[in-house]
Amino acid sequence: MGSKATPLREQHRACGGRLVDFAGWELPLHYGSQVAEHHAVRRAAGVFDVSHLALTMVSGRGAKSYLRRLLANDVDRLGKRIAGLYTCLLNDSGCVIDDLIAYRLADERYRVVSNAATAESVHAQMKKIARAFPVTLVPEDERVTLAVQGPQAMETGAAAATTVLGGEFASELAALKPFNAMESHGFLAARTGYTGEDGFEIYLDAATGQALWQALLEAEVAPCGLGARDTLRLEAGLCLYGQDMDDSVTPLHCGLKWTVAMEPSQRDFVGRRALEQLAGSEDLPVFKGLVLKKRGMLRAGQTVRTPHGPGIVTSGGYSPTMGASIGLARVPRGAYADCEVEIRGAGATCAVVKPPFVRRGRILVDAQGDSEN
Amino acid sequence: MSEIPTDLKYTSEHEWVRREDSGTLVVGLTDYAQEQLGDLVYVDTPEVGASFAAGDVCAVVESVKAASDVYSPAGGEVVAVNESLQDSPEKISDDPYGGGWLFEMAPEDPAEWEELLDPDQYEELLDS
Repeated sequence: MGSKATPLREQHRACGGRLVDFAGWELPLHYGSQVAEHHAVRRAAGVFDVSHLALTMVSGRGAKSYLRRLLANDVDRLGKRIAGLYTCLLNDSGCVIDDLIAYRLADERYRVVSNAATAESVHAQMKKIARAFPVTLVPEDERVTLAVQGPQAMETGAAAATTVLGGEFASELAALKPFNAMESHGFLAARTGYTGEDGFEIYLDAATGQALWQALLEAEVAPCGLGARDTLRLEAGLCLYGQDMDDSVTPLHCGLKWTVAMEPSQRDFVGRRALEQLAGSEDLPVFKGLVLKKRGMLRAGQTVRTPHGPGIVTSGGYSPTMGASIGLARVPRGAYADCEVEIRGAGATCAVVKPPFVRRGRILVDAQGDSEN
Repeated sequence: MSEIPTDLKYTSEHEWVRREDSGTLVVGLTDYAQEQLGDLVYVDTPEVGASFAAGDVCAVVESVKAASDVYSPAGGEVVAVNESLQDSPEKISDDPYGGGWLFEMAPEDPAEWEELLDPDQYEELLDS
């Protein structure tokens, strides 16, 4: 079992959570049925305890310049808003140390939310780059992070949260655009998520987090585990660090070019030079979605055969919404609507599609591969 | 606590085996196995007529979590498979010892039945 537990461990046990080790954390895989939890998020509302995510407060006079050097996306894009920015953290070779969200809370105060499994390498890189800037980095422990997701996340979930957080929480949150956030009385709530559904993520102290968890469950928001989180993000076409990308590839290899801010050209972020050298390359693979046309299961690591050479499935599994197997794959550039994936020695035909597969409860790709590609 | 029917035999790979009056063996996954696997979403059953030695991989079950091999509990030929699992793999979770059976085989050496674990031995395995 993981040595670290979130402040909600007893709550997970109380509602039948099957706890497993994840990056050294003891976390719920599911509470009975991963598929039922998946459907709850697509059709109603679910809540995930993601308190294992690593939080780092970046503050000081140099906070903004520091993050503009550290991150591939540009926090300047946030302007004066309280909002989150999805970005990769790169090394000098342009390869991905982690993907993360940087929230601007104030001019000299940002919160960086990164993955649990990469906590050490992220911390090392953040510390290294911080030497040249007047900033203070403070890891934030013993806090609760909840993701409330689904078509009823705002109506049911945010309303339940108002009973705990007080004020006009639900209506203020509802007024925010995607990726915008609000901060008040020690909590930060943002219109972000990892499922392709409407909803919010909220960062708060342990005691309030426990009260909020209870209030959400009483409002019949379904507790959801890591399993459903993975199938939901896969359907939403969102990358998972350690699977779809790692420190052997750049954002250009995993469909994340849109998160790299090459403009303004004078912003010298870590990894910039390496990406500039790569940008024009003809051999850069593309990142696509696959839908298996017959029975079977796509899984990470399977070989893809295309008319333009081999590729690899980086994430694969079962899509409960589509009732089919889907995957994300790094494949050669070229115009082809189908490919073959090697599954236990035999070739299985897959349609090549553009992710996301599912968003806001709707299937966006044609399982027969007739979608725009 | 997992259910372990007393009229079946078991393997250390968490399969159950039932001997029919005709001497054929019906094979499925135990309650414990299905619990560990989580929601089942795909089953790759063997072909009728296929032959396996004891311990050969003869089927694959896939859950939302991962793929898991199923090993032949004895040497012999497959005489029937549960085709309904193609459309309803969840039967394995809902009714592991009944509607969730995987396949039926005619054993080459009926003595292999004796080597399978009895319910007490299987329970010990789960407790260890």
